[in-house]
Amino acid sequence: MISLTPRKEIPLTLTLMTPLVAIALTLVVGAAIFGILGYDPLAALYQFFIAPVSRPYQVADLFVKACPLIIIASGLVFAYRANVWNIGAEGQLILGAMAAGFVALTWPNLPGPVMMPAMIIAGMLGGLAWGMIPALLKTRFNTNEILVSLMLTYVAVLFIDWTVRGPWRDPMSFGFPLTPMYADAALISRVELPGIGRLGQLHWGVAGALIFALAAWFMLSRSILGFQVKVMGDAPRAGRFAGFSPAMVTIMVMGISGGAAGLAGMVEVSANIGQLQPDISFGYGFTAIIVAFLARLNPLAVIIAGLVVALAELGGDSAQIALAMPKVVTGVFKGILLFMLLAGETFNRYHVTFSLPHRARMQGDSDA
Amino acid sequence: MLEDLILTVLMTSVPLVYAATGELIVERSGVLNLGVEGMMLMGAVSAFGIAMVSGSLVLGVIAGGLAGMLTAALFGILVLGFATNQVATGLALTIFGAGLSGLLGAPLIGHAIEGLPVLRIPFLSELPTVGKLVFSHDLMAYGAVILVAAVAYFLKRTRAGLVLRAIGDNHDSAHALGYSVLGVRFMAVLFGGLMAGFGGAYLPLMLTPHWAEGMTAGRGWIALALVVFASWMPWRVLVGALIFGGITIMQLAGQARGWTIPSQFLSMLPYLATIVVLVLISRNREFSLANSPACLGRAFHAGK
Repeated sequence: MISLTPRKEIPLTLTLMTPLVAIALTLVVGAAIFGILGYDPLAALYQFFIAPVSRPYQVADLFVKACPLIIIASGLVFAYRANVWNIGAEGQLILGAMAAGFVALTWPNLPGPVMMPAMIIAGMLGGLAWGMIPALLKTRFNTNEILVSLMLTYVAVLFIDWTVRGPWRDPMSFGFPLTPMYADAALISRVELPGIGRLGQLHWGVAGALIFALAAWFMLSRSILGFQVKVMGDAPRAGRFAGFSPAMVTIMVMGISGGAAGLAGMVEVSANIGQLQPDISFGYGFTAIIVAFLARLNPLAVIIAGLVVALAELGGDSAQIALAMPKVVTGVFKGILLFMLLAGETFNRYHVTFSLPHRARMQGDSDA
Repeated sequence: MLEDLILTVLMTSVPLVYAATGELIVERSGVLNLGVEGMMLMGAVSAFGIAMVSGSLVLGVIAGGLAGMLTAALFGILVLGFATNQVATGLALTIFGAGLSGLLGAPLIGHAIEGLPVLRIPFLSELPTVGKLVFSHDLMAYGAVILVAAVAYFLKRTRAGLVLRAIGDNHDSAHALGYSVLGVRFMAVLFGGLMAGFGGAYLPLMLTPHWAEGMTAGRGWIALALVVFASWMPWRVLVGALIFGGITIMQLAGQARGWTIPSQFLSMLPYLATIVVLVLISRNREFSLANSPACLGRAFHAGK
């Protein structure tokens, strides 16, 4: 049996150690699973966590991979802090990318200084609108936001598929499901340093992601809204007595997290793809959930957590190529990491002791 | 033609009945396991693998159930032993199950096996129409109906069912009365995993005779929605599953008949229907929450 006694205060070292221990244990368990399945565990771990960053430009690519994760997770932090479970960021990302794509494809001749802001706003509004559906259904009809936001992700995947095969398809694409390429003004350019040149795939969207995470941190820790979010999550009754509206908080956090996911979709397409296609995201919306938890729902820590999880994502690619592992194997790591983090949270909040079950007491119960 | 259509609707709803009925018991004990999709995938890949290696479909089904149960045990230890957040742990279980099933199933892609032997009831199955619709299914389809009946009886008429409901409605009182809250909940979680595993096993063994990554396609989530739709009453799960089976088949039938609606919109139907159904059920709070377990999703530890 496991018994839990709440800690009176949580030491800071423990708070900082938890994610590190969780990552270490994930590696051990992951290696064991690979070993059982007949892969060389050390080779697998090497492919996963060392090979993707063994050259300098690859470190830049790590930031590129982390970019959408950081943006989405910065938004999700608000929702999860308020105990609102938006797990449909993937769908919100797709709708954001489509809304931004609509601007880019409808008015291709907009000048750069107009195009970029218009696409950013459209992307955020697209994600926000998709996030508003579960939010309003929850506040109005009391539906479960987990199920609705997830169902809408399936709908979004089918919707973009139809759009790029149907009305938005480029007539010159030889039947491929692709829209026309965006105009240059609608593309996010690569970072070019004088004297050094390009750093892998590094683009300016990454800088945007870092700023976004900082802004999220500031809003959560320094604004009234952030305070409301935290109160409604930790002590909803106290929040109601203070006059905060749970419905309003739900709408706000779904809007923020949806808008962030939409922005991530816009950045991802404009920086890396340059046109809309059926697959624009590789489950970033789901992976960002793990990033948010790895960061312990702190937007500043989201930056580091995003890089760590992005490493595992790139590792999945390299393991796929070098060891012929299926791509989904990254999911094993992500799942275990999330398990470890959640268990770590318990060690953080409670003294955990293990003991044998009390046999005597059980018998007494059945006699009664 | 119509008979065949109805038959496919029934078959499509079978995995939903298993998974949703299992989850219903879990939720009635006060635990929310969002990992149904992951457990179903683990069940599906194990069932297919074992059935292929052993050549026995029965062994396949058993393996599927056990795999679902093992996956659920992981969830149970974390959520009950370590009092972790149930929503996040369930999500982790789905991510983990999807990943591990893909890894295990990689060598199985491209293989095919035949379905479970259909249990033909002599004479009755030869009756026109009725014989085909009622008396000529596979064993698991009959098992689904028996399962619902058994769960309904268990919850309503047995002492153990009463204890389970008491723990789901007020774990502090149940604990004070001397019932093992965590013990009962762990059993419920294992049962839920077993059923999700059976539901998953049905997919590659019966519906489509092959394994594909992520082949559940959201059925685990629809099963979760079905529990809400059923307002935690077992027989209503059966009704809900038939409705969803009907909608799923409607889109396939529509495509086959060359409806002019793009196939993507037809494929959206089960997901949109889930949302509509959730709204219709949830808007009436008295109806939807009458049987909702009061402690659903709340962690329990004795030292509180």
